[in-house]
Amino acid sequence: MDQISGGEMLVRALHDAEVDLIFGYPGGAVLHIYDAIFQQDKIEHILVRHEQAATHAADGYARATGKPGVVLVTSGPGATNAITGIATAYMDSIPMIVLSGQVESRLIGTDGFQETDMIGISRPIVKHSFIVRTPTDIPVMIAKAFHIATTGRPGPVVIDIPKDTTDPKVTFPYIYPTDTVMRSYAVPGKGHTGQIKKAVDALVGAARPMIYAGGGVIQGEASDALTELTKLLGFPITNTLMGLGAYPASDEQFLGMLGMHGTYEANMSMHHCDVLLGIGVRFDDRVTNSDTSKFCPDATILHIDIDPASISKTVVADVPIVGSVRLVLEEMIGLVEESKSKINSELLNDWWAQIESWRLKDSLGVKPSEDGKVIKPQQVIQSLHRVTAGDAFIATDVGQHQMFAAQYYGFDKPRRWINSGGLGTMGFGFPAAMGVQLAYPDAVSVCVTGEGSFQMNLQEFATCMQYDLPVKIICLNNQALGMVKQWQDMQYSGRHSHSTYAESLPDFVRLAESYGHVGIRIEKLDELDEKLSAAFALKDRLVFVDVMVDPDEHVYPMAIKGGAMKDMLLSKSERT
Amino acid sequence: MRHIISVLMENEPGALSRVVGLFSQRNYNIDSLTVAPTDESSLSRLTLTTEGDDAKIEQITKHLNKLVDVVKLVDLTDGAHIERELMLVKVKASGSQREEVQRLVEIFRGQIVDLTANVFSIQLVGTGDKLDAFVSAQAEGSVIEVARTGVTGVSRGEKVLSL
Repeated sequence: MDQISGGEMLVRALHDAEVDLIFGYPGGAVLHIYDAIFQQDKIEHILVRHEQAATHAADGYARATGKPGVVLVTSGPGATNAITGIATAYMDSIPMIVLSGQVESRLIGTDGFQETDMIGISRPIVKHSFIVRTPTDIPVMIAKAFHIATTGRPGPVVIDIPKDTTDPKVTFPYIYPTDTVMRSYAVPGKGHTGQIKKAVDALVGAARPMIYAGGGVIQGEASDALTELTKLLGFPITNTLMGLGAYPASDEQFLGMLGMHGTYEANMSMHHCDVLLGIGVRFDDRVTNSDTSKFCPDATILHIDIDPASISKTVVADVPIVGSVRLVLEEMIGLVEESKSKINSELLNDWWAQIESWRLKDSLGVKPSEDGKVIKPQQVIQSLHRVTAGDAFIATDVGQHQMFAAQYYGFDKPRRWINSGGLGTMGFGFPAAMGVQLAYPDAVSVCVTGEGSFQMNLQEFATCMQYDLPVKIICLNNQALGMVKQWQDMQYSGRHSHSTYAESLPDFVRLAESYGHVGIRIEKLDELDEKLSAAFALKDRLVFVDVMVDPDEHVYPMAIKGGAMKDMLLSKSERT
Repeated sequence: MRHIISVLMENEPGALSRVVGLFSQRNYNIDSLTVAPTDESSLSRLTLTTEGDDAKIEQITKHLNKLVDVVKLVDLTDGAHIERELMLVKVKASGSQREEVQRLVEIFRGQIVDLTANVFSIQLVGTGDKLDAFVSAQAEGSVIEVARTGVTGVSRGEKVLSL
């Protein structure tokens, strides 16, 4: 058996864990590892320009592929820069492995140069973490970390690696474990059949049923099962922000996204339903609104989730089902096939008639600007959908542009919508789109952003140049922190405290050009489709499209704070 | 309501901080905490007391169970159980007060484990209430130091928390 160093073990163990791509940034504590990377060709390393971007890129890669994203950073500032990206992945249950360098074991606790307690700092935002004590720990910890990160409710795992454990002069035999069973970690499998039967009975007996499906369906590879069950039942369905694409948006049973900026019909159907089937969702406050006592007042709540702690956390479930969403849905399909005849089609038709009347409200209808020249941000997303035939990967940052993309792009497939839903991380979109592009080099990878968010990670222009990543960046430029400004308009009498900066914005076209990319500016509505098409025609180039949009536009519908889901603002002047 | 939760967890560095961190992170309180390795040296047993309604305790136990280091846990207050806490307390006493202290130790079935001319060091085992009662039975100002271990416990009868 070969004797190899800890640094070499790390690289070999990553390969054994089927990793072919990692994102990182070198530094003192990880130099042994980088030297081991230099001397092999099985794992490609992408050099980002900031560790935060490494985590978001790995996250984008993971969301698009379902495989874990892998990050390598140095100790101290390298590790702390990764924290925002780890928290982002944690909130959205994204599988990620973060390898952080650490000072030599003998220096730990002495406030050594570039020392930080990474295990302590990351503890509340990881699924688990390890600290390497000896080089032979490395393959074992890598195997366990991948097992933990990718099974059950996925999440990020940190492995902290003191520099001495990767020393090239210290070698040991390498053994990659074949078995990762841990007595303290069990993964939920199929759900309780009795509970599933109860849920199916409630569903087929419902007068006003509603299906509410979220990110767990995507993470659990259950979109096909969800679609089959929904079609079989003929029930209305909504997706959460995290669940977009879990059910095809173009299908007639789909009512759009729900929640704070959900459609009128989705939120009204939620409020008035009598049986609610929640699948891979966590009854987040952006869905339920702040007062959960007003949430779905008439509904029997059925809740499927792989994480028992998500069940009855904010809203009490009448029929809780813990298990793999896919396995539970498959079992449900079988039971519904047997008992489908019990569905009262007359009541269901009445319910659909009611929903159709809500749909007539056309809550996502876009009113063009009066002069016909000023571009509404929603129109940009509609144009983007036309130009990309609705088949692009869309990563976003956070704010108004994110909500417009969620509302107007219409995702028909899972894993196409890449956004920071739980943590709401500005600066996420661009590096995430890089991760998507690296996962699928021939796919169209788009970052929909705003001029605020984009400036939080724009240094990645350089990474895209180095690795020829033809990401398309669509910037809805309203010259302000639009969502902050919207809230200030609505709740602070229009006092725009620190949300505007028009006079200090860079020329994004020239900025992109200075990194060797292409920049395009769009200022008038009549050039929108044509110039966007031109941008996407440049298949091999990164194109930054700076679209000047109406700075006064707000995102609607919008939930009214403290209300029920039926309480919404529909425009600046209309409310339910 | 007060709950006593006993947790069997991997005897690994960082395991304790994950449990304690969970409580502060999720805005739960720990009223007392005691932890030590078990007869199986790879496992530690941690017992904590906390307050909360059923929904809150359910969330606490679910989140504890999610921690990768946690192998098993039990809410002892769900059933009949035995709980004990140990206290070492130093009481200042001289002259006639000394007899009074000795009498109280006898009533509470404690032990005097050390003494000087003016100070008794007393060991007392029992439920938290009993320890409270002993301290408040002392003459005002005479208790000069209290060290309590926090509650530990087991279920009554056949039921055990083990692998």
